[in-house]
Amino acid sequence: MLRRVLYIDLDRKESFVEDRYDLFEEWLGGTGVATQLLLEGCPEGADPLSPQAPIIFGIGPLTALFPAMTKTVAAFKSPLNGELGESYAGGRLAMAMRFAGHEAIVIRGAAESPCYISIRDDEVKIKDAASIWGVPATVVGYILRDVEAGVGRRSIIRIGPAGERLVRYAGVVVDTYRHFGRLGLGAVFGSKNLKAIVVSGTEDVEVPDPKRYREIYNQLYKTAVKTDAMEKYHDIGTPINVNVLNQLKGLPTRNFQESSFEEAEKISGEHLADNYLFRRVSCAHCPIGCIHIGMLKTSFSRHHEFEIRKISYDYELIYALGSNLGVTTPEGMLELIEACERQGLDAISTGVVLAWATEALDRGMITEDETLGIPLRWDGVKGYLEAIEKIVKAPNDFYSTLARGVEAASERYGGRDFAMALGGNEVAGYHTGPAFIFGLTVGVRHSHLDNAGYSIDQTAAKKPLTPEEMVDAIIAEDDARGVYNSLIGCLFARGVYTPDKIVEALGSVGIEKTKEDLEILGRKIFEEKYRFKVREGFDLKKLRVPARFYETVSTVGMVDPDTIETMMKIYRERRGWD
Amino acid sequence: MFACSRINTGRASLDRSAIKVKTQGGLEGDFAVVICRACKDPPCVRACPLGALEKREDGRVVFKKDLCDGCGGCADACLIRAISMDAEGKAIKCKHCGACVAFCPHGVLEMEEVEE
Repeated sequence: MLRRVLYIDLDRKESFVEDRYDLFEEWLGGTGVATQLLLEGCPEGADPLSPQAPIIFGIGPLTALFPAMTKTVAAFKSPLNGELGESYAGGRLAMAMRFAGHEAIVIRGAAESPCYISIRDDEVKIKDAASIWGVPATVVGYILRDVEAGVGRRSIIRIGPAGERLVRYAGVVVDTYRHFGRLGLGAVFGSKNLKAIVVSGTEDVEVPDPKRYREIYNQLYKTAVKTDAMEKYHDIGTPINVNVLNQLKGLPTRNFQESSFEEAEKISGEHLADNYLFRRVSCAHCPIGCIHIGMLKTSFSRHHEFEIRKISYDYELIYALGSNLGVTTPEGMLELIEACERQGLDAISTGVVLAWATEALDRGMITEDETLGIPLRWDGVKGYLEAIEKIVKAPNDFYSTLARGVEAASERYGGRDFAMALGGNEVAGYHTGPAFIFGLTVGVRHSHLDNAGYSIDQTAAKKPLTPEEMVDAIIAEDDARGVYNSLIGCLFARGVYTPDKIVEALGSVGIEKTKEDLEILGRKIFEEKYRFKVREGFDLKKLRVPARFYETVSTVGMVDPDTIETMMKIYRERRGWD
Repeated sequence: MFACSRINTGRASLDRSAIKVKTQGGLEGDFAVVICRACKDPPCVRACPLGALEKREDGRVVFKKDLCDGCGGCADACLIRAISMDAEGKAIKCKHCGACVAFCPHGVLEMEEVEE
């Protein structure tokens, strides 16, 4: 098995590879290893946008070997909330790293002027990127395709203007349609003058027992393709949730003022699939094809001159740039998604920030003096498009504050009660109930994917769960996902990879672990992440839950603040923190 | 492209055009227009050992053909591939004259002032 960590130093323009058997033995790979590299590589209290703060990428022992083991983890110190930055992306990056022979990459220092990194097997070059600085994230992909080798097997990850200008929730675009979206990795790239990374490789992966490997592979493949374990991701895709959550009163609308949207049907997965979907693509080595590409026909002159823009859409984007901004047309929503793609912005954070600004303007907390005459109002797509550009260009104090996230904006201008962030991270698209709110509060990166509280709430909507049961379910998910994110699998395939199957898959590639081993490891990984969080100043006791969560009816009815407090008490006990 | 070569070199040529229009592969497959974007810190200027390329205060990067010895360093330095070499071995470089815009009947090309 590969055990290699590639270290790249942008200050000195040099790189070297180190074998880190110790790390991979103990922590498996993926997020387990990346967390350790972050703990050892990021000095305590480092400014997230300083050369001291490293960027770490990791893949895992099952990468490129099994279906849907497609993710790469990025670990960094977040410039958005100042603590653990962690984000996952699909595309081709994980495969490219595997074939280049690097299971982890650590980038340190900062380049003096714009650069990009080209990694081809063991060859690492730091190249001049002055000619692509300022270029939209979408276009950088086309340009580097022509100048770099490895057609069909490489991965090209890059930032847009948002990352260059240090918008705290800028993301990194991976192979056109996937992203390290959350918590501001794009700004960390920008602070290092790093525009892009191209990775390709020619190695292959040997397994100790090909017969056993093939057997396990076939079982997993069948479950993924021939059962309904993943069907919803292929057919309508994640936007199937728009109608589902709308009916359940869980679809955040107009900045969580409501939890159902009267125009939801128009931006629903079904409507998009019937009228706008034109292609589905997969990450490398995934049989599903969940990436839904919509087409948007727009005219660029008055004389019937058209172009077709191809825009990838998913549930969270439809929430953030659709229902939560009251957007009633698929065209408007797709345009907003594309604007985020070009600028290289995280769509969820951008949508939440714009929703807060719309409500703040409506309530007179800010005026059009601040917005520079842009009339931010629900469904006002044109205004939102202009505002997105202004967030990136930061022409005045207001927009440069918006570029620091909704927490910073509401600290400055008020409206804390409807500034929809938990743990400093703008919230994902659910108002399902207490498990979602609590899950985001305690989750390691304050993401809905830490522990899927929204799913626990939906179970509770059918048969009520006690606070104890909800907390136990959250802890079980938190810990189990630490292991899964070390392999690293796509969370859409989590139903395929049961604990037994994970043990078998690891065994078939020569890593013998028991279910108990993995349970202990999951808990340890969680604790290590909290070690980083606490070291960087995170305090669970100081977390703020926006009052809006308690004012709007959710899937399980009105949420009582006492429930969240009760859950916190139980949680601290279960974690042994008191 | 014909407008560029016609107006700037007096010939009908695709190879001598400083604006390049091409199709591109990838998952999306579209037309692309490649044109000098007058970088803030132009790699082509840095790559030229003879001072044939110069960054002007108004932002333009201008090319002095008589100083060019055809080494091709500028073409290699430009990631977007906006510079090519002509049959005589000299660089073909956009001078931001707008000739192409005048002959684009479809509103694809526009000349605009850019800040910075």
